[in-house]
This record gives sequence, structure tokens and C-alpha cells, in this order.
Amino acid sequence: MPKRLDILVCSGAACISNDSTTIKNRLQAVLKEHNLEDEVAIVETGCMGPCELGPVMLVYPDGVFYIRVKESDVEEIVKEHIIRGRPVKRLQWTTPEARRIVEEKKQIPFFEKQLKIVLSNCGKIDPENIEEYIAVGGYEALAKVLTEMTPEQVIEEMINSGLRGRGGAGFPTGLKWKVTRESPGDEKFVVCNGDEGDPGAFMDRAILEGDPHSVIEGMAIAAYAIGAKQGYVYVRAEYPLAIKRLEKAIQQARKYGLLGNNIFETSFSFDIEIRIGAGAFVCGEETALIASIEGKRGQPRPKPPFPAQKGLWGKPTLINNVETFANVRHIILNGSKWFASIGTETSKGTKVFALSGKVNNTGLVEVPMGITIKELVFDIGGGIPDNKKFKAVQIGGPSGGCVPADYADTPIDYESLRKLGTIMGSGGVIVLDEDTCMVNLAKFFLDFTVEESCGQCVPCRIGLKHLYDILDRITKGRGKMEDIETLEKLGEEIKRTSLCGLGQSAPNPVLSTLRYFREEYIEHIKDKKCRAGVCQFEEAKEEEVSLEEKLKGIV
Amino acid sequence: MKLEDLRKIREKAEKELKLREGKARVKIVVGMGTSGIAAGAREVLKAFIDEIEKRNLQDVIVTQSGEKGLSSHEPVAEVWEEGKPIVVYGNLTPEIARRIVAEHIVNGNPVTEYVIEVKEA
Ligand SMILES: Cc1cc2nc3c(=O)[nH]c(=O)nc-3n(C[C@H](O)[C@H](O)[C@H](O)COP(=O)(O)O)c2cc1C
Ligand code: SF4
Ligand code: FES
Repeated sequence: MPKRLDILVCSGAACISNDSTTIKNRLQAVLKEHNLEDEVAIVETGCMGPCELGPVMLVYPDGVFYIRVKESDVEEIVKEHIIRGRPVKRLQWTTPEARRIVEEKKQIPFFEKQLKIVLSNCGKIDPENIEEYIAVGGYEALAKVLTEMTPEQVIEEMINSGLRGRGGAGFPTGLKWKVTRESPGDEKFVVCNGDEGDPGAFMDRAILEGDPHSVIEGMAIAAYAIGAKQGYVYVRAEYPLAIKRLEKAIQQARKYGLLGNNIFETSFSFDIEIRIGAGAFVCGEETALIASIEGKRGQPRPKPPFPAQKGLWGKPTLINNVETFANVRHIILNGSKWFASIGTETSKGTKVFALSGKVNNTGLVEVPMGITIKELVFDIGGGIPDNKKFKAVQIGGPSGGCVPADYADTPIDYESLRKLGTIMGSGGVIVLDEDTCMVNLAKFFLDFTVEESCGQCVPCRIGLKHLYDILDRITKGRGKMEDIETLEKLGEEIKRTSLCGLGQSAPNPVLSTLRYFREEYIEHIKDKKCRAGVCQFEEAKEEEVSLEEKLKGIV
Repeated sequence: MKLEDLRKIREKAEKELKLREGKARVKIVVGMGTSGIAAGAREVLKAFIDEIEKRNLQDVIVTQSGEKGLSSHEPVAEVWEEGKPIVVYGNLTPEIARRIVAEHIVNGNPVTEYVIEVKEA
């Protein structure tokens, strides 16, 4: 029997770690106490976005959004809202600026400028129930390509859509499919990259948890287009819920005949297996990822040959990111024209970002490409807390760079960001206020990449450590003016000579902060001053033989 | 699975989702304040849901609101129809609720003896 009310309880990873499971169990019990089980449904959904406000839940059709729900609140919600129809105001989401009580989902500013395509089902359907996915048009796109389109037509549609890879580099997806299809070989593979190693990023996790079937469907369509029978999803072990949901989705798809042999009674057969990664950042790099699936050590190898030519077990392999695959069904169903109408000239569609740092609304957002940084930070993010000054955003994580406040009108698209010395990356956006020390920030990312370097090449292994040591010295008040030049020269050198994307992009956080916040480096060195008040300066110590001296002639 | 099978599952599942989203041709809003419940609004609401389900009406949803300021006529319910004024019913019982579904919602004839107000949407 359909229910009068649905209570959507977020069971994304953040909410679960905030004990949303207890809330759900309590809710179940209280509803039962009041004999409401037949009238009210509890639906567990994937991440709804504003994770730091969790546990969150949404009541439909009323559209009431509850945040920071505690076990002790459940009784009140049921008695007041569910039985008497009076939403519990104190738990409803209020905007930070106005503390205005927001009644309806569509009025919540966080959602206003967003355009949900990839996340359209996240937080709406039950990810563990394939029928809910089918209800919103799930597997229609797969049916359409198998029964109405040739693989060439699918590829053409993908090319026309202008979709570019969401895993970081932004390579045109349709073109990659075409190259893989045209690569000679009787056996081909489709791989989904769900490694998501950037600190703070969780877009892919949210998609896998909230709408796993959209990834499966995207992969199946890709497999048909390139001529593959087997697919792999590579997910990191730190994402147990994503793995569980995906596993369940794969099983259900098999049961319904949407994976397996002769799908929709055509000659097309396709199946998917999950491969779990140990969580090394470098394993997200495609050649390392392939090695890892093959059971070898996850180390990058030189390209060419590209995976499209020689990938898994030497066979042509298509590798795309989770979010890339999740876009596919929408393109097939709504057409490439529709997709290409969203976004900018060179960057089509939407992008999911994980907004974090010094901003009022943190969490997951999906916005059309071309939205400005200002809109992202102020209209969607709700601005900077505590009346602090907005300083910059860091985009692209350890491979990216900073965009200072002066450039806040820059549209977010692949080219505009590249011009400013950063990258779109996978979607991590950290908002920085006046209390952030840019030297220290660069050091934080370098610390990360030094740890994550696989150590194969000298510039990356030794050069990055060297960069880190110089930054460390500067933050401790022991820097020299020559250090700035060394950072720049060495940074460029590492970028030029490293084998894989990790080394080629790891100096970006340093180079970009040097470009826009050079005076902070100088203040640290000359005046032993950190304007953000972050760095603790030590008394000058006896000069030891610096690593720099030791390394002369090596790098 | 055949294409028709997918469509069949979709049809069935869509119905359930539609109810959740509040996308419907007709919306019945039952006043569920303290006095409404005391007067039997819960039974009325259940009767609405049950009758709609029995008749397999896919584009009708039942929802609730707080007090309507009409406590002398409780239980009350409003029928919202696209492009039509809102019809407010009072003094409802489960039997009248079933009649409203049959006569008003299915056949388009409001059950006039229980209409207490007609207002602009
Ligand atoms: C160090 C490093 C880490 C990477 N990590 C990821 C990752 O976590 N997820 C991802 O999709 N791509 C990652 N990439 C990019 C992949 O190599 C590859 O380009 C991408 O998966 C292709 O998919 P796309 O075309 O859909 O973006 C990484 C690249 C490098 C160099
Ligand atoms: S650049 Fe760094 S991470 Fe990449 S292969 Fe070389 S050492 Fe390994
Ligand atoms: S996990 Fe619940 S809002 Fe993100």
C-alpha cells in the first residue's frame, strides 16, 4: 500500500557516522507505537548534500528538512509533525545568515542555484531498491541503445554532448570511447575509476552510495559502444557503504536480467565485478589502477600505450570516472543537444563539487559548468562564517591550485581554471578565509603528495621532499630569499620530468600560491611574520647541512 | 527481461514514487490538528487512502496539515484540483470520505451537503 508520508532518512556515510542508523531504528519503533507503519514509509537514501548538518532527514510530500536530528527528537517529530501536521521548527534547517526557518526544500538557498542531473536521484530514491531506480526511468537508456542505436550512433551522441571526463583531466569522453572501439582486439574491458583519493573529496562515494545503478547503466552503455563484455569498478576499501550498495545493485541488476547474457533479448552480454583498492592515491592514476586490478603493485607506467590501446591484461580498456559514467544515461535519454545546452562553450553539463573549509554550507553540490566562484561560495555556500574575509578557493586538491578572491568572477570551467594555474580536478573545493596561511596550505598538500609518491622516479620522490623541506623551513622562520626561486625552478622541473600525473601536478599548490600570494612567502622569510597567525617561528638554529646541499647534482 | 517487463516494473514503481513527490492531479489535505484528531481525522484520512488505493487512482495524493481554524466542523479536509477552486469539506466520517472519492474525485460531482467552504486556490 502506498504511504501517506515518506520520511527520507539520509544514510550517506557522513550521516551514518553521525548515528543516523539509531535515528532510523528509533523512528521505526515510534511509528509502530503509534500504529503508523502502514501510513508512513521510511526510506533510506544516499547523501543529501549538507553533511555537516547531519543526521538529516526529509519528509515528503511536505518537503520539510530536518537537521542534526537526535534520537531524543524522534518522538517529538512523530507526535507533532507526523500525527498533528506541525513540523518541529527547532529542527528545521535555518539559513546561517538570517536564521530564517526554511519550510520547503525548494526554498532552501543551498539548492537554489544547483542543477541536479548526476545527483538527481541521490537523496530521492532508495539506492537498495532497483525498482525505485526503474521508476525514475532507470535502464531506459540502456534499453534505448540496445534496441534502437548502433554502437557508432552511441559514440556519436557522446561526442556531440561534449561530455568531458570528471576524474580530473577533462578528456572528451566520446572521443575516448571512439578510440577504444577502434583499437584492434577481440576482447575489451570497461573500468570505472572510483578510487577518489583527493583529501576531502567524496563526490564519487555519494554517487555510488546514492545511485549505484546509474553507474552500472553508464558502464553497460559504454560496454555496448566499445564492444566489451566485462567491466570492473575499482573502489577504495575506505568506502564500505559504497561497496555494499554497489554490490547489492549489481546483484539486483543481474536478477532482473539487466546484467548478464542477452540483455533485453539482444546479443549484448555484459557483467560487472568490484575490485577493492587499498587506498593509495596513486592507484587512482589509470595505468596504476589497471596494474592493481591485475593483481600487481599499483604503479604507473609510461604512456603511450594508452589504456585504450593496451589496458587490462594488454587489451583495449575504457577507463572513466564514476561521475562520468553517471552522466551517460541522461545524455542518451535527453539527447546530446540538451546536454550541450548546459554549461559553457568548452565545458558542458554540470559538475559535482565537495564544498568544504571556511564556508557556511559545506557538503555536496551540483552546479552547471560556468557558474562563478563567487556564486559557488556565496550563493550556494552561504558565504564565510564569523564575518571573516574571503581569501581564496583551493580547487583540484593536491594536483590543483588556488584562485584568489580577486578572481571570484571567474567561471568554473576547464579552460578558465587552467588559465589561472589550477585545474577542475575531481571536484574538491576548499574555501579559505583570512585565517589561512598560504605557505602552510601548500605545505599541507606537499606533505600529502610526498607520502603518496610511488617512488619510481627521482624528481617526484626526491624533488617533492625537497620542496616540502623548503616550505617547512619557511613556515618555521628559517627561510632564505633564494628559497623562492628554488621552489619555482624545482617545481617546474618536477612537473616536466615526472612520469605520471601525480608528480606532474604535485608542485601546483606551491606554484599557484607563489603566483598569487608571493608576499606571504616574503613576509615569512624576511619578517618572520605569518599574517594568518598560523606558523610558529623557532629561534634560528645552527645551520645544518641542508638537504639542498646534499642533493646538488641529483635533481 | 524484455523491454515490456521494464516498462511494467516502471509503471508500478512510478506510482509509488509519485505519491512521495506530491506530483498529482488531485491533492486531499486532511486537517490533522489536535482537535481534528480528537474528532476522528485519522480514521477519515485512512479511509481516503484506502479508497484511493482500492480504486487504483494514481494521480491522487493524500496529505495533511495542521488546524484549519474550523474546529466546530472537524474533521475537515480540502480537495485541491488543478485549475479549480479549493473545496473544503467538514464533519467528515470515513463513509463520507469514501463518497468524496467516488463522487467528487472520480465523477467530478462534489458531495454538496458536506461542503463548508469553496475558496480560491
Ligand atoms: C595521481 C592521480 C590520481 C588520480 N586519481 C583519480 C581518481 O581517484 N579518480 C578518477 O576518476 N581519476 C583519477 N585520476 C585520473 C585517471 O588517471 C583517469 O584520467 C580518469 O579515471 C579517466 O576518467 P575520466 O576520463 O572519466 O575522467 C588520477 C590521476 C592521477 C595522476
Ligand atoms: S611521478 Fe611520482 S607517483 Fe608518478 S610514477 Fe613517478 S614517482 Fe610514482
Ligand atoms: S551523508 Fe547525509 S547529508 Fe551527506
